[in-house]
Amino acid sequence: MKRVWSIGIIRGLIFQLFGTGIGVIFFTTIRTILGLGWKTEPTIVVGGLFGAIFFLIGLGAFTDWWRAALGQEVLEPHEAHKFNGIRRYFEFTLDHKVIGIQYGVLSMILLSVGGSLALIFRVELASSGLQILNFVQFNTLVGLHGMVLIISILTGISAVSNYLIPLLIGADDMAFPRLNAFSFWIAIPASLILLSAMFFGGFETGWTAYPPLSVRGPMGIQMFFLGVYFAGWSSILGSLNLITTILKMRSPGMKMFRLPILTWSVLATSIMALTATQLIGLSFQLVMFERLLGMGFFTPSEGGNPVLFQHLFWFYSHPAVYIFILPGLGIISELLPVFVRKPLFGYKWVAMSSLAIALTSFLVWGHHMFTAGIEEYLRVPFMYSTLLVAVPTGVKFFSWVATLWQGKARFPVPMLFTLGAIIVFLMGGLTGPPAGTVSTDLHLHDTYFIVGHFHDTMFGGFVFPIFAAIYYWYPKITGRKLNETLGKIHFYLMTPSFLLMTFGQMRIGLLGMRRRIADYDPNLGFDSTHLLITIGGFLIAISVLVFFVNLIRSAKKGEIAEGNIWNSRSPEWSLLPSPAPINNYENREFRVVGNPYDYGLTGSKYVELIKSEEIKNEVES
Amino acid sequence: MSSIQPSINQIQKKLAISRLGLWLFFASDSFMFGGLLISRFYLLGNQKIELNQFLGLVVTSVLLVSSFFMNRAEVMISRDNKKGFLTSLLITILLGIVFLVGVVGLEWRDAHFGPADGAQGAVFYMMTGMHAFHVLTGIIFLLFVLRNGINGKFNAENHFMVEASANYWHFVDVVWIIFYPALYLMGS
Repeated sequence: MKRVWSIGIIRGLIFQLFGTGIGVIFFTTIRTILGLGWKTEPTIVVGGLFGAIFFLIGLGAFTDWWRAALGQEVLEPHEAHKFNGIRRYFEFTLDHKVIGIQYGVLSMILLSVGGSLALIFRVELASSGLQILNFVQFNTLVGLHGMVLIISILTGISAVSNYLIPLLIGADDMAFPRLNAFSFWIAIPASLILLSAMFFGGFETGWTAYPPLSVRGPMGIQMFFLGVYFAGWSSILGSLNLITTILKMRSPGMKMFRLPILTWSVLATSIMALTATQLIGLSFQLVMFERLLGMGFFTPSEGGNPVLFQHLFWFYSHPAVYIFILPGLGIISELLPVFVRKPLFGYKWVAMSSLAIALTSFLVWGHHMFTAGIEEYLRVPFMYSTLLVAVPTGVKFFSWVATLWQGKARFPVPMLFTLGAIIVFLMGGLTGPPAGTVSTDLHLHDTYFIVGHFHDTMFGGFVFPIFAAIYYWYPKITGRKLNETLGKIHFYLMTPSFLLMTFGQMRIGLLGMRRRIADYDPNLGFDSTHLLITIGGFLIAISVLVFFVNLIRSAKKGEIAEGNIWNSRSPEWSLLPSPAPINNYENREFRVVGNPYDYGLTGSKYVELIKSEEIKNEVES
Repeated sequence: MSSIQPSINQIQKKLAISRLGLWLFFASDSFMFGGLLISRFYLLGNQKIELNQFLGLVVTSVLLVSSFFMNRAEVMISRDNKKGFLTSLLITILLGIVFLVGVVGLEWRDAHFGPADGAQGAVFYMMTGMHAFHVLTGIIFLLFVLRNGINGKFNAENHFMVEASANYWHFVDVVWIIFYPALYLMGS
């Protein structure tokens, strides 16, 4: 019993359970003292809030901060490696590599949960009529599919950036290791609270939670809000940490234009996540308060306006899609030169295009609202700013094509996924402008065309690149390579079934299939396409299952990876053994002496080790 | 790097990192306050909210004066004047509490509408409430600073905690300087 209690995550979960109870009792007591009766909705909100905070207390997330606030000594992060082996993944650990893997595992778990939710409602949609679900269940599943996968993506990009950024820039850890661990662990109660929405009556709004429906619907929406709110803090604090790390902790000689390109995309992503995320938090908070206290923000009869919600919500949720894809595009740009043995074409342009996308993303939110009754004069400016996004994205495509041109390409699994990502993202990119142009959007809005477009961008911008990244960096994490055959099965099964799925979605969307509805008219003739989409979805699920088998099997039995297996120039492959040592570059401090992607240029070097007598001078200067 | 005693450079680097983190947090938080400000103008436009002007002026002055004393406290600790530091800090905390009582205790009771009375009530209580929450956390930070200051944990070289809380306090003050005209003065 004592041993179980000493494991951080279990202690946290027990604390969360008790904390929720304490919150409920606390709130009920106050209401009773004030002479008010039992009211379920505010009670569960307060319970959820207490639960999340108690989870973190039980885990020990606040211990060091509390000490520091009282002016006591706390250990330096690199002295605080208390746990070893598998155990450290279940604890409040400060090492960025451990946190990266924790994020990654959480992301993959949420990916399977979110994907499975989709499979359930895909079965429902495979033929017209209602078979297995009722309307509220269907809507809840659709909404949760969206939000669970959004959190999966956010944790997935945090996994990549947490594990890799300090390794890529030669830092010994993130700038704020405790904040880093905190940002991860707050995502666990957040996910639990979000999923608990299913058990509190579900919700009907889809992941966008538009009022007035979200103000009036079942109270599962409150758990949805609360979960997203905590996940938002995870994202904000994580990106704060990443920006500081990238700006302040680079190795000597690593100027901004010598950063690995992935670092640039993570920087751009983090700028968006740091600022815009506040707005989704605020918009959800306002609906929450409207439900709890009757504050009339979004009810027209009270003087409110539901369109305000959409403005606040999309001010985050449009940049959010760039938050999701930019790290993925960075991974493509990072891996491509390694596998074609050529410099990345137009490095500075690619770096700046990430920032340009980040900047433009703040100006385009209105294109989600062309049909929502926004002011007429806002439509055309939003259309132009939306189409402007295609320019920096196009820069990236030009760079990839030019990098591929006349390269000596090799095709191991990471390269396959990189190419798959480019193709799928191209599909997503090309279907974007019709959805961003006012005249065509009026037809396409809220149809399956948008669903197809969105899944293309998310798979091309996140799922394919993250799989590429996992196949590529898995040996750095475990010291063993993933199985190539299983990897190829994964790729060749997933890509065609995915394209089948999204092309099907776009086809019926163009023909008028509305999204977010549980049933459709059989006379529309969509049954067969819907069946194909469902089959495509299940094939993707099987391919991901193959991937999970590969992940688990290769950790023990995989081929041992020694040295620089991909023949890469970046420091984590060229200087470090696999698996990466716990203190990163300790005794292997390096200096950047050249450009990162000069593949094929004889005699050029990117990094060189600093000799030990020089280290002191370098650090002092 | 492996030396036991951290060098001046390392301490300075750590300080620079902490400062950047702090300012990034302000940047992030100001987007939330910006969202509230936008909600106010989107929903209420040119409406003027009926409020106790005298009380508004008093609490605003109190908060501004508290920022002045916060600055005094920070300057004094950077000159190693510990007694002056503690006095100014205490005045800041007291003025902060006066502000909180003024807004939450008096203005909320005084206002002729509640949070559930239309868009005006919603906007007013949300904005003042969110700001008051920040003032409250600021006071809590300052109480920790006060406790550590009494125990002599700070000196001229080592007082980032004072600097951080002071900057937070000024940030919350600046937010109010923008909220005050938006809530009390604008409109007709």
